[in-house]
Amino acid sequence: MIEVQGVSKRFGTIQAVRDVSFRVEPGEALGFLGPNGAGKTTTMRLLTGFYPPTGGQVRVAGLDVFEHAQEVRRKIGYLPENVPLYGEMTVREYLDFVAEIKGLKRSARSRAVDRIMETCSITDMARRFIRKLSKGYRQRVGLAQALIGDPEILILDEPTIGLDPRQINEIRNLIRGFAGEKTLILSTHILPEVSMICQRVVIIDQGLVVAEGSPENLSARVTGANRLWLRVGGPDDEIRARLARLSGVVSVVAGDDAGSFIVETESEVRPEMAQFICNAGWDLFEMTPRTASLEDVFLNLVTQETPAANRTEGLGDE
Amino acid sequence: MNNFLAIYKRELRLYFTSPIAYVLVFIFLVLAGYFFYSGLTFYSMISLQSMRNPYMARLNLVDMIITPLFSNLSVVLLLMLPMLTMRLFAEEKKSGTYELLFSYPVRDVEVLLGKYFAAMTVFAVMLALTGFYHLLLAGLGLQVPRVVLSGYLGLLLLGGAFIALGIFISSLTENQIVAAVASFGVLLLFWIIGWSAASVGPGPAAFFEYISLVKHLMSFTKGLIDTADLAYYLLFTFFFLFLTLRSLESNRWRG
Repeated sequence: MIEVQGVSKRFGTIQAVRDVSFRVEPGEALGFLGPNGAGKTTTMRLLTGFYPPTGGQVRVAGLDVFEHAQEVRRKIGYLPENVPLYGEMTVREYLDFVAEIKGLKRSARSRAVDRIMETCSITDMARRFIRKLSKGYRQRVGLAQALIGDPEILILDEPTIGLDPRQINEIRNLIRGFAGEKTLILSTHILPEVSMICQRVVIIDQGLVVAEGSPENLSARVTGANRLWLRVGGPDDEIRARLARLSGVVSVVAGDDAGSFIVETESEVRPEMAQFICNAGWDLFEMTPRTASLEDVFLNLVTQETPAANRTEGLGDE
Repeated sequence: MNNFLAIYKRELRLYFTSPIAYVLVFIFLVLAGYFFYSGLTFYSMISLQSMRNPYMARLNLVDMIITPLFSNLSVVLLLMLPMLTMRLFAEEKKSGTYELLFSYPVRDVEVLLGKYFAAMTVFAVMLALTGFYHLLLAGLGLQVPRVVLSGYLGLLLLGGAFIALGIFISSLTENQIVAAVASFGVLLLFWIIGWSAASVGPGPAAFFEYISLVKHLMSFTKGLIDTADLAYYLLFTFFFLFLTLRSLESNRWRG
């Protein structure tokens, strides 16, 4: 459905995107992940044909997005970052305008707008001015305008940014409703969102694709081995030193709390380790295996980003 | 065509659902009314005197009221039309709706013409309302000369040129104030460039005079429709609309 081949984009001396390639199959949901300023929005704009690429090619349904701009734009529903809408129009007026400009016939227009307002639960807001809407409703109007004209592809740039947790959930459920039915590209830096909605992830940093694959594959690739989280009562330094000498243990580092350790292992060592701790006369409180989350993958790949220790779902986003 | 209409209707509705159009039309009519009133009272005073003084008998309505009214209005337009055009692209670029607009299946030229004609419509309404003064003259029993028609044509062409330049400058910036001030400055420069004709050689003098915006209005206000003047305004308008299209395109290459 979407083919991006060696695309790069330069603004003056700034190289925003370098040699990015990926494919999206019809009906697939692709997560586009990266820290702020990684080139996500630029890539989205390259996909919609707003920016012509400096090099490479973007094809949508076999058509070059820049040469066949009109046909391609008809296939794409786009929700830009920060949801730029015409605040001085009412929801209804605005959606009517979008329907007209997307070429819906006069007779079909009003029905299509009604249906989409229903889908996005904004029927009650139809007569409100957009600038008076809360952020959650604005986001839904933004989604609604993208859905008008029933495009095959939805490109959503940070669709849940700045919402409260309840609104985030609502928007996510709405988006999940289209998965499978439409080809979806979701750009975000909120990781759980991606693992919830997308089958495939592309991670981009400083304009380069640094990883690509399913969320599970990426997790496996980063850890390579298992990680254990331990809480042991006893002399910390001695515990650390002695555990590190066990066979199968790669490294031991102190955890965030006193008495906790993160142990990197290359084989199954849990029974031996438990035995060892007991024999040494220390108290074993807890031992939890930890597989890498998408978050770990992300932090591992995007090294200059400072680890946010307590990033909770949805709230970890500033 | 459909897209053009959609953009046109949206822009026009925006002018009239926000205070912009009302304030501009109101202020314009206050000023125009004042010019008309002072012209008319002066004229009636002079006509009284001329009954006693035969040397003044040659005065007429066109020279005393119509021509000065049109040239005064042209100065008011110079000040006000940049306010009408400043938001057209600058506002969209600032709020980001520009990007969303161009993700829809529209062509640049449809967007441009929709915006241009919406501004032209507000401007035409503004001008049409001053037609009341001429009805007033007719009501007083004076015969309204046909010069009025060519005068309005001249103002319409002049305003069309102002709006084209204003749109172009609005497409260069995301700041509405910058767009208004720059449009005003450039228009004023085109207005007064004819003055420098006196101080340069005969060759450049003719050129400076030709590109001056105000010089071409003169003949219209005197009832003369000269194809050279017509061509000047139309070329001016097309040139700046064309530059706007190029500017819309280059916005995307530069990001």
